[in-house]
Amino acid sequence: MRRLINQRPGRVLGAVLALLPFALVVLAYMTASTARLAENPGDKLLPSLISMADALVRLATEPSRRTGEILLWADTAASLARLMTGVAISMVLALIVGTATGLIPYLRRSLSPFLAALAMIPPLSILPILFITFGVGELSKVVLIIFGILPFMIRDLQQRVEEIPGEQFVKAQTLGGSTWQILLRVAIPQTLPRLFDATRLALGAAWLFLIAAEAIAAENGLGYRIFLVRRYLDMQTILPYVAWITLLAFVLDWLLRRLNYWFFPWYPTGRAK
Amino acid sequence: MSVIEARGLWKEYDRDVVLEDIHLNVAAGDFVTVVGASGCGKSTFLRMLLGEETPTRGELLLDGRPMPEEPGPDRGVVFQKYSVFPHLTALGNVLLAEELEQAAITARLLGRARREALVRAHEMLERVGLGSAAKKYPSQLSGGMQQRLAIAQALMKNPRILLLDEPFGALDPGIRKDMHALILELWERLEITVFMVTHDLKEGFDLGTRMLVFDKTRVDPHAPNAYGATITYDIPLQHGARSTDRLPATMLEGLPSNHDEESN
Repeated sequence: MRRLINQRPGRVLGAVLALLPFALVVLAYMTASTARLAENPGDKLLPSLISMADALVRLATEPSRRTGEILLWADTAASLARLMTGVAISMVLALIVGTATGLIPYLRRSLSPFLAALAMIPPLSILPILFITFGVGELSKVVLIIFGILPFMIRDLQQRVEEIPGEQFVKAQTLGGSTWQILLRVAIPQTLPRLFDATRLALGAAWLFLIAAEAIAAENGLGYRIFLVRRYLDMQTILPYVAWITLLAFVLDWLLRRLNYWFFPWYPTGRAK
Repeated sequence: MSVIEARGLWKEYDRDVVLEDIHLNVAAGDFVTVVGASGCGKSTFLRMLLGEETPTRGELLLDGRPMPEEPGPDRGVVFQKYSVFPHLTALGNVLLAEELEQAAITARLLGRARREALVRAHEMLERVGLGSAAKKYPSQLSGGMQQRLAIAQALMKNPRILLLDEPFGALDPGIRKDMHALILELWERLEITVFMVTHDLKEGFDLGTRMLVFDKTRVDPHAPNAYGATITYDIPLQHGARSTDRLPATMLEGLPSNHDEESN
């Protein structure tokens, strides 16, 4: 008998093992839900899978009586627009500031301590300030996301630039490269795949800030919806929404990973092996 | 005139002396090899030639003018590793030299300028035997091929001197032989000045027209860093002549001679 650390599951068994926790959770939920519903058919806490599916279909196909919009898609569009705007702006700023501070000692000296201090401020604590300053519209939500993820993305990219072996910068100089050219052709291209990695890590936080901002002040959005229907204990809506948000987060993560694979074949996760 | 000239050169870090009183004249076309025990300051000297370090005292001249205080295109370099850019193909690595020179703002070439630069880049790759690997990324190349690429890249700028910092130290002996043949061929054909640091004494003898030995002449056992190293031997060499026996035995003791036993 080989040691446990040397035993590996085959393809099929591996897939079964991966699905097992999911199946167990669904099974546990169904058991509990069935038990509760048997006692009280009007129970709202653990709705049956069928009633959740019905609710989801209704949310995804029937226009709302109040606004005439199809809620699921309207909420998704509003939330994704906020999330993407915040994340996209953060990516651009992080790339510019992160590579520049990583490469240029004067900038690093002047900006690093400031960014470190900025990153220490709990982003949600400044949400009231953002609401007061930018109003309760889209801008304050986007700014919250940026404030929440940008400092750590900048520091991450700055470290990535510092990790590039010094030999490469010397080499680039012996090829006649100026600071600007080295930033453009050595530092930024090698940091780009790291940017996508940093974004993948930042997405979790971005979702957190998005939903928090929507829960507090919004007129639509996925976070707004689940906090709205919470008042009516509408688990039928909340649970499918949470599943939908999880799916969106998963797809975004997957997409960023694929982008690295497609765009940067030289990167360790890329195609050129 | 000397390409490199050092007059009474010292390098100190606070109270630690690394190099002391270096005098040196390197003529154009020399192939200078530098050997010495580890920590003897030979890499520090190379970094001064690169412009990464500045002398504490004394003068270091390049073509009679003070050495610039930062690396530049007049001095090409190949390190033991990390000498090529991992995000560019072999062709892109060589092409970069042309792009940096001709496009100050975009650092990219377009149209005819690009086509002409590509021709020169391809020629250079062919010259180092990488013609068929133009489209590959460094991670897809073997260690020897990566160093070939690094040499090709450094030669694109026609540097006054080519600085080699233990460039073949990480390669297998067989590959190293091929690289020796390549660097000698390029040195002869392009008539460049080569300055090569190595810890391999045999390599130093085989390649150089002149070998410098860096060593400490004074040692204080209570303060190991009180005295620095200097050039203790400056040996003119003829290619192909094995001459380990011409060195005093005391000097050889301090040097790693792990490749000496290899037969030719």
